[in-house]
Amino acid sequence: MAQTLLRTPLYDRHVALGARIVPFAGWEMPVQYAGVIPEDRAVRTDCGVFDVSHMGQLMVEGPRVEDLLQGLLSNDLSKIGDGGAQYTLLTNDAGGIIDDLIAYQEERTRFLLVVNAANKDVDYRWLKEREIRGSEVTDVSDEYGLLAVQGPRTFERLGIEEGAPFTWEMGELDGIEVMINRTGYTGEKGVELGCMADDAPELWDAVLARGATPCGLGARDTLRLEVCYPLHGNDITPETDPISAGLGWACALDKEFTGVDEIRRVKEAGPVRRLVAFVMEDKAVPRQGMAIEGGGEVTSGTHSPMLDEGIGLGYVPSAQAKVGTELTIDVRGRPRRARIVKKPIYKKESS
Amino acid sequence: MTHPAAAETYPDDLKYHTEHDWARIDGEEATLGITWYAQDALGELVHFEPPDEGSTIAKDESYGEVESVKAVSELISPLSGEVLEVNAQVVDAPEKVNEDPYGAGWLVRIRLADTAEVDSLLDAAAYKQHLETL
Repeated sequence: MAQTLLRTPLYDRHVALGARIVPFAGWEMPVQYAGVIPEDRAVRTDCGVFDVSHMGQLMVEGPRVEDLLQGLLSNDLSKIGDGGAQYTLLTNDAGGIIDDLIAYQEERTRFLLVVNAANKDVDYRWLKEREIRGSEVTDVSDEYGLLAVQGPRTFERLGIEEGAPFTWEMGELDGIEVMINRTGYTGEKGVELGCMADDAPELWDAVLARGATPCGLGARDTLRLEVCYPLHGNDITPETDPISAGLGWACALDKEFTGVDEIRRVKEAGPVRRLVAFVMEDKAVPRQGMAIEGGGEVTSGTHSPMLDEGIGLGYVPSAQAKVGTELTIDVRGRPRRARIVKKPIYKKESS
Repeated sequence: MTHPAAAETYPDDLKYHTEHDWARIDGEEATLGITWYAQDALGELVHFEPPDEGSTIAKDESYGEVESVKAVSELISPLSGEVLEVNAQVVDAPEKVNEDPYGAGWLVRIRLADTAEVDSLLDAAAYKQHLETL
């Protein structure tokens, strides 16, 4: 199947920096520049910048937009106000997770949803088919660039006021108009900067000039896994429910939304299996799809640059899901020991 | 904290296998490793799964694995023989392969089962030609 891969407005910048480019969710994206390990560490200790312009951006607006979204998204949007942001799930009738996303409230009648690149079309169709009179969903992904700038020195380097996490405001960085979102996918302080697509190269240059290290999708994955943020498609899917995945906190079970009855039922009965975090005790790198003895499966695995050992997330039977439990993972035919740990796997004080 | 990457080289005193492994022949013995090209394609190595010392490995077959953060690669042996020694320093610090693929980053030392097998391997010039076809 010949399919043209898409490029973000920063593609030429990535190539010029010597990035290794890989296909990802229909896009040609940088997987690494200097290397996954130094990039992960740059974000943990200083500041890194990721091109996340491939992510989907859906604008939902109209006088009845809140009615629409409250019925489709798991979290309670009434808990945020203008300039607020919220992690939430788009769920199906079975309570499965179609996507996880962040909703940014511009005003009560206007929300921006930032969704996974791989799910954008599915999300858009799901929302569009359920539009009610007084609500309109628009795919605005192509209009905007998005840079994630993450790490403990982000605010200092960008000269932006730190502010509270999960808030956003319009601002300016070196003369470029930006939407400053205090959100991210690394477990570090930081922002995601939205801008007009045409301004993205200039914004990228400005952020690099301020000392941020360019980081690729490789480090984005190790960073999110170190802090146990689930990846849709791996750890959460349309076949997995939020309770088993440990995302009950993002579900307002006192309101009505798609699949809520099924999610309530799982919570009531207790999940059959749970998504746990583990660290390898033997030398080995766990990978997605590896079997865990006793009926479990690894959903994400990598080598942690910060801990210098194999780490992962996986589903195990609930009886086997307690912190401290020893697991045996089938690493291409070799049994390798791991231990369930408390989330997040990486904590500041543990380094 | 960045490991200095070695510059791209393919030493003339080594023999090469098209699967990007090298062998340094020393009489009845050989030292094996992966080429600059292989380590560069993989990225920073984080794991070396070695064969057991004393085990036998066969030419053109897998004798272990190396892994980077993102990928796993089987090690294809350029020659047959008995494993005399595994480089324990690479087991502890796999990044040595990136830093010095033909020196401190060697993987195993073997006693050759059949020295005539050496004739089937490529010299540096032929291996470089092979790389151009990839």
